Amino acid sequence: MRISVTVNGTVHESEVEPRLLLVHYVREHLGLTGTNIGCDTSSCGACTLHVDGESVKSCTLLAVQADGSNITTIEGLAQGGELHPMQEAFRQHHGLQCGFCTPGMVMAAIGLLNENPNPTEDDVRIGLEGNLCRCTGYHNIVKAVLACAEEGATV
Amino acid sequence: MTTVEAAPTRVLGTRMLRREDPALLTGEAKYTDDLVIPGALHLAVLRSPYAHARIVSVDVSGALGQPGVVAAYSGADLRDLWAAPMPCAWPVTDDMKNPAHFPVAIDKATYAGDAVAVVLASSRDAALDALQAIDVDYEALPAVTDLEDALSDRVVIHDEIGTNKSYTWDLKLGEDAVEAAMQSAAYVVKERYIQQRLVPMAMEPRAVAAVPQPFGGDMTLYSATQIPHILKVMVALTLGIPEHQMRVVAPAVGGGFGSKLNVYAEELLCVALARKHGLPVRWVETRTENAQATIQGRGQIQDIELAADENGKLLAVRVRLLADMGAYLQLVTPGIPLLGAFLYAGVYDLPVAYDFSCTSVFTTMTPTDAYRGAGRPEATYAIERAMDALATKMGIDPYELRKRNYIAKEQFPYTAMTGLVYDSGDHLAAAEKATAIAGYEALRAEQARRRAAGSTKHLGIGISSYFEMCGLAPSRVLASLNYGAGGWEAATVRVLPTNKVQVVTGASPHGQGHETSWSMIVAEKLGVAPEDVDVLHSDTAISPLGLDTYGSRSLAVGGIAIDKALDKVLDKARAIAAHQLECAEEDLEFEVGTFRVKGSPDKELPLAAIAFAAFTAHNLPDGMEPNLEAHTTYDPPNFSWPFGTHVCVVEVDEETGAVDVLQYVAVDDCGNQVNPLIVEGQVHGGVIQGLAQALFEEAVYDTDGNLRTSTMAEYLVPAASDVPPVTTDSTITPSPTNPLGVKGIGEAGTIGSAPAVINAIVDALSHLGVTDILMPASPQRVWETISAAKGA
Repeated sequence: MRISVTVNGTVHESEVEPRLLLVHYVREHLGLTGTNIGCDTSSCGACTLHVDGESVKSCTLLAVQADGSNITTIEGLAQGGELHPMQEAFRQHHGLQCGFCTPGMVMAAIGLLNENPNPTEDDVRIGLEGNLCRCTGYHNIVKAVLACAEEGATV
Repeated sequence: MTTVEAAPTRVLGTRMLRREDPALLTGEAKYTDDLVIPGALHLAVLRSPYAHARIVSVDVSGALGQPGVVAAYSGADLRDLWAAPMPCAWPVTDDMKNPAHFPVAIDKATYAGDAVAVVLASSRDAALDALQAIDVDYEALPAVTDLEDALSDRVVIHDEIGTNKSYTWDLKLGEDAVEAAMQSAAYVVKERYIQQRLVPMAMEPRAVAAVPQPFGGDMTLYSATQIPHILKVMVALTLGIPEHQMRVVAPAVGGGFGSKLNVYAEELLCVALARKHGLPVRWVETRTENAQATIQGRGQIQDIELAADENGKLLAVRVRLLADMGAYLQLVTPGIPLLGAFLYAGVYDLPVAYDFSCTSVFTTMTPTDAYRGAGRPEATYAIERAMDALATKMGIDPYELRKRNYIAKEQFPYTAMTGLVYDSGDHLAAAEKATAIAGYEALRAEQARRRAAGSTKHLGIGISSYFEMCGLAPSRVLASLNYGAGGWEAATVRVLPTNKVQVVTGASPHGQGHETSWSMIVAEKLGVAPEDVDVLHSDTAISPLGLDTYGSRSLAVGGIAIDKALDKVLDKARAIAAHQLECAEEDLEFEVGTFRVKGSPDKELPLAAIAFAAFTAHNLPDGMEPNLEAHTTYDPPNFSWPFGTHVCVVEVDEETGAVDVLQYVAVDDCGNQVNPLIVEGQVHGGVIQGLAQALFEEAVYDTDGNLRTSTMAEYLVPAASDVPPVTTDSTITPSPTNPLGVKGIGEAGTIGSAPAVINAIVDALSHLGVTDILMPASPQRVWETISAAKGA
C-alpha cells in the first residue's frame, strides 16, 4: 500500500506491506534507528514517538494507519546542534545510563508535559508508567522531567 | 609549538556530565540491531515448546520452499560445525557434571525455548514465517521444575551424566566449632529462604550480526555483549576459527546486568552460518526469546543457621544451598553461588566457625547464570534476613543486634575466617548515617504508636548491611576457585602529537559511563581537559586485550590499569623533559600538565611540547623510542570491598496486603568516587532492581516447565509509578589496595536492597505473628501471609 507521511519535517512517500508496524517503517524504511524496540507486547515504550503531536508507542500502529500524519522521532528533536530542553534535562540530571529506553522515554516525557505542564512527582511517575527503564530506577528520570517542567519547556 | 590552555586542577570527584549522553539522547548511538549490513541473511530460531522432550525427527523441508528462505537446518544438520560444545569456563570441582551443550539441540530439548531448528532467509519476517513450516516430532518427557525433586533423580534430564546433580562444593572452616555452637549456643536460628528465579530483562534484547570476509578469511562478530574479548576467545575455540581472524565488536549495548556476560547459541550460529554461506548473518531476539533463551538469575534454596551467645554475638554460621543450574551450564553458571560462598557471615565478626556447602542441580528450565550481584545478593539476603530472625528470637532491636556484631573500624584490614582480607571498612559509620537520615528512633516510636492505636496500616523498618566482594579479581584467587581465566585488565594511554589523548581500555561498557570516568582519570593525572581524551573500547581490533565488564570490576581493575599506564607515560615524559631542560629527573615537578624545575620556575616544559617532541623524535634521550604511549596489564592484589547500610521504611495495609515503600535510604561506601553523579545513578538503579526482586519479579514456571512470565506484560519489571525515590548518601573509606582508593559500585544497590525491603515488611507485621514472607511480596502473598499468621 502507498502511504505519505511527514517525518521530522520531511515528506516520505512509501510502498509498504499492510502488516508493517510503524516502528519497523521508521527504523527499516527511513533508517531512523533512534526509535528502539524493547518488547513485543507494547509494554516497554522504547518505541514511543509523536504522531500529530501526541506520544504513541509506534508498535501499536500500522504504518498504513499513519498515512497522512505528521511524525516526530527522537532524531527530529534537537535543532541547530542544540539538544531539546527535555534531552538537555535528561543529560543534566543523569536520567539515562545505557540509553536504550531513552528515546522513547524522552518522547513520552515531552508528551506528558504537553498534556500537563506543571506535574507533581506522582503525575510524572504515573505519566511515564508505560515506559520501562532497567538502569536508572527512574529516580533521575523523574528529576529531569520535573526540572524541565519547571523551566517551562514545551515541544 | 602548542601552547598550554588553562587546564583543570581537579577533575576527580566532580559531577561531570556524561560524554556518552548526546549520542544516546538523539538516537545517534548505534546498537547492534541498528547496524546497516548489506546483503545480510536473517536467522530465526525454532524453539521447543516442551520443557523436556525427545526429538524424534525434524523435517525442515517445508521451510525451504517458503518465500525468501535460503536454508533451514536441524541440530543434527549443524553438528559438524561445532569444534567443541558451548563453553562453560568455570568447572568449580574436578568431578562437576557438565553435559555437552550445542547451539541447536540434537536428540533432546531440555527447556522450553531450547533451539531445535533454524532458518536463514532474506528478511527477518520471511525467516520467522518459515519457522511455522518446520515439522518437529517430539516425545514429551516429564518436566523437572522443583529443585529437591531434581536432586532425587526421579527424572534424569541428561542421560549421559546419569544424574541431575552437577556438583557439591564445600567451604568448611572449623566444622567442630560450628557443630558445638549449634548444640550449645544461647541462641540458634535456623531459616530457609527462597531466591526465586529472575529474568534480567535488559531493555535492549540481544542482537548479533556476523560479517565474514570469505576470501580474506576474517570474521567480524557484532554482538550486544558485555564481553567482546572473552567472546572472541570462546567463539574461536568453539568454532575452530583461528583467534587472530576473529574480531568481536560490541556496539552501543543497552544494558546487561550479567545477562550479556555469556556465550550464546545465536552468536555461534550467526558466525558458523555466515562462514558456511559466505554471507553476513544477523539475528535479534524477541522479548519472549529473551525471557526463555537468555540466562536467568538467582534460583536457590538457602538453609542458614546462626548460633549466637547470650548477647547476640555470632558464634557460627552454617549454610546449605541448593542451586538451580537450569538445563545446561552456561559460561559461568556453576560459579555463581560460590561468588556468595564467602559472604554468608556478611559484615559481622565471626570466629573460625563457618560451614558452607552448595549442591547444584539441573532442571528443565532456562539456564541460570550471572545476574546483577551474582551470588552476593543471595548471600546478603540470607544473612540479613537471618540477623532479623535472631533479633526477633532475642527480643532485641535488629539494629542493636547488628551493632553488636559489625566488624569494627579498628579491625581493618580484617582477615576473615575464610582467609580473605577485607581491606577497609567502617560499617558502623555507614549504618549510623543511614539510620540517622531515615530517622530510625522516630520511626520506631511511630511504629509503636500505630500498634498501640490498633492501626491496620502497619509501619515497618528494615535494615540491611552488606559487604560486596567485587572488582573481579586477583587471578590467583580465581585459579583457586577453578575459574578458567584471569582477573586482570589492560589499558593503553597514547598522547598524540597535538596533546590529545587516546585511552584504550579492555573494559566494555553498556551504560556505566566508562568513557566519562576514564577521561576524568586521565585528565586529572595529565592535566589535560577531559574533552581532549578519547576513550576507545569494545572492539577487539582496537582493544585487543581485555577481560570486559562484570562483577563491579571496571573501575577497580580497569581504571587502575589506566592509572598505571599514566604513570608510565609520565615517567617517559619526565625523562624527555629532563633531557630537554638539562636537569635531573628528580629535580622536576609535574603539575597541571607542565614539568617545572624545582626552584627555577621559569624553566618549564608543558606536556604538549613533550608530546610533540616525542612524535618528531628530533631530540630525545639516547636510545629512547619515539612517541608517548604506554601499555599496562593490571592484576589486582585483592578484591574490592564496598559496603554500606540500607534502610527501607514500608507501610503495609493489613486489609489489602499492599506494600507502600515510604522511604528508602542507601548509604554506600565505594571509597573515593571518580564521579558522584555516576555513583548515585548506579545505586539508584541497583536499589530498584533489588527492590523489584523483593516486591515484583519472578520467573514463574508451571509444573510442565512452561515459563508463564515470558513477556513484559506478565513479568513485572517495575515502572516509575511502582517504585519510590531513593535517598542516597555515602561514607568514604578509600581502598588501601589501589592507588585511586576506589571500589566497585555497580552491584552494591542490588545487594543491599532486597533484604532491606523484606526485613521492613516482616518487621511491619511481626506483631501479627509474621516471621517471613516469600519474594516477591505481592499484595496477594502479603495478605495470605497475614491471614495464615492470624489463623495460626
